[in-house]
Amino acid sequence: MVPLSWYLLVAAALFCIGVYGVLARRNAIAILMAIELMLNAVNLSLVAFWRYLHPAVTTGQAFALFVLVVAAAEAAAGLALIISIYRNRETVDVENIDLLKG
Amino acid sequence: MALSWWAHLWSVLPEIVLVLAAALMMAVDAWLPEGRKRELGYWAIGGMVATLVVTVIQAAQLAGGIAIPYEAFGSSVRADLAAMLFRIIFLLSGILTVAISMDFRPLRQSGEYYTLLLISILGMGLMGAAVNLVTLYLALETVGIALYLLAGYLRDTPRSAEAGLKYFLFGVFSSTIMLYGLALVYGFTGEIAYARIAQALAGLPAPAVMAALLLILVGFGFKVSAVPFHFWTPDVYEGAPTPVTAFISVASKAAGFAVLIRAMIEAFPTAQGNWVAIMAALAFVTMTVGNLLAIPQRNLKRLLAYSSIAQAGYILIGVAAASPLGVAASIFYLGIYTLTNIAAFAVAVIMTNVTGSEEIRDLAGLSRRSPGLAMAMLAALLSLGGIPPLVGFFAKLFVFAAAIESGLLWLAIAGVLNAMIAFYYYIMVARAMYVDRSPEEEKPVWISRPARFTLWFTVAGVLLLTVLVYPLYLLAQMAAQAF
Repeated sequence: MVPLSWYLLVAAALFCIGVYGVLARRNAIAILMAIELMLNAVNLSLVAFWRYLHPAVTTGQAFALFVLVVAAAEAAAGLALIISIYRNRETVDVENIDLLKG
Repeated sequence: MALSWWAHLWSVLPEIVLVLAAALMMAVDAWLPEGRKRELGYWAIGGMVATLVVTVIQAAQLAGGIAIPYEAFGSSVRADLAAMLFRIIFLLSGILTVAISMDFRPLRQSGEYYTLLLISILGMGLMGAAVNLVTLYLALETVGIALYLLAGYLRDTPRSAEAGLKYFLFGVFSSTIMLYGLALVYGFTGEIAYARIAQALAGLPAPAVMAALLLILVGFGFKVSAVPFHFWTPDVYEGAPTPVTAFISVASKAAGFAVLIRAMIEAFPTAQGNWVAIMAALAFVTMTVGNLLAIPQRNLKRLLAYSSIAQAGYILIGVAAASPLGVAASIFYLGIYTLTNIAAFAVAVIMTNVTGSEEIRDLAGLSRRSPGLAMAMLAALLSLGGIPPLVGFFAKLFVFAAAIESGLLWLAIAGVLNAMIAFYYYIMVARAMYVDRSPEEEKPVWISRPARFTLWFTVAGVLLLTVLVYPLYLLAQMAAQAF
């Protein structure tokens, strides 16, 4: 069987790629996708922790399910906000979204 | 111990009433004809007052010993005095926010606005009561998503849409980093309930606990807008509709402190030596950076944003003290800060209605234009600055005393020095109102009835609570004993 550390390493790598994406991408939708990547990394480690270390109680699984639901709600709210800024500014590039400064 | 179904419901009774009120808001919105949408605000206030009555009765029962604190829903939420006091703070700020929203010109009166506000208060109540990681995350996101949408509520205003998007991106990013920390804690311990986590963490290597703790603090730091997680604050405060800014600056911050205090003290007592140092450093950086960056601001909302960052720093001093006195001082400070900051924002809302701008120079001549309004703003600023007869002074006194008691004398001294810096920019606003002249001094300032209520209520609180400091402090102390 694949050892737990492999899952955790993949999850950590995914999380770091997500963080890099959030910091480096300029398109708001790409940033949203990078955040989804981070959430999936968390889910992967939650489920791996549950399966390998604490299989008796399904807490880890339930936690991962809740995270999925929250991720869906976040994506809905985020896309709504991105659409509203696109209608105002005709751009979703965060470099150009700069009215508030000071 | 098996709880009765009523005991389970009792622990979230305020949230149940709020859900009903939120559902009612949607129905009333569909039923009210187009010309009478303004009445929605009164319905929202009605719903929150009903919840407030329930919460105050519950708090009185807990304070009087008629009800004893307990955990419900399999250690998801705790019913104790601290949770109830925080709910009272959230509900009060909600009621006062609605009162200044009702006649705020740019805001289209609609059921969704008030429903989102009620939902976010619901989430805050759960944040204050949460005693396990899943409930904590769900409550935090309930508040977050509702507030992102409220910040971007003025869809046709580019600034508001931008504020909403920025708040969303920063918020989701930091809460996901926090979530990774929560997942690590679950992995290390196999538990999600605070009390059992605390037991399981005792046997773990310190660096592992520390790594998880640091990740979690990113999420909490964002909520309370502590430096270095404060970058969103000035932009969101400036762009969001002013009543929403008022709400974010008090209720969301108080909710952040509620989870911060509970999680640190109940789930991480073993790492206390480490997190006290982190909190003290955060408190120092937060108040210093907040105060220094506030000085050059020309926009009233941005100034209040940096001022609120600095205020978060003072409250963090109480958390860093990590003692019953420190927790009591933090809760007391949050209650006082709520009243005072809403008073300042109420003036900002009224001035935006009149002048259409939020620059400090547009306050010029306010003392001749509307002496009462200028007095209200002056009282709020002096109380935020911590000038002795006003109640803000006692709030600062308690957190500094808590720091000294816990051996953090340097932090208390840094706090006093910071209060002096802060005094400078508060006085700059007062100078604009009292010394500067403006050609518009003759034009009267229109203040709507609900906004007038908010002003009277908050300013009376700032001026009169001074005589009630001792009983209020005792109440905060009783709540702090729950931890």
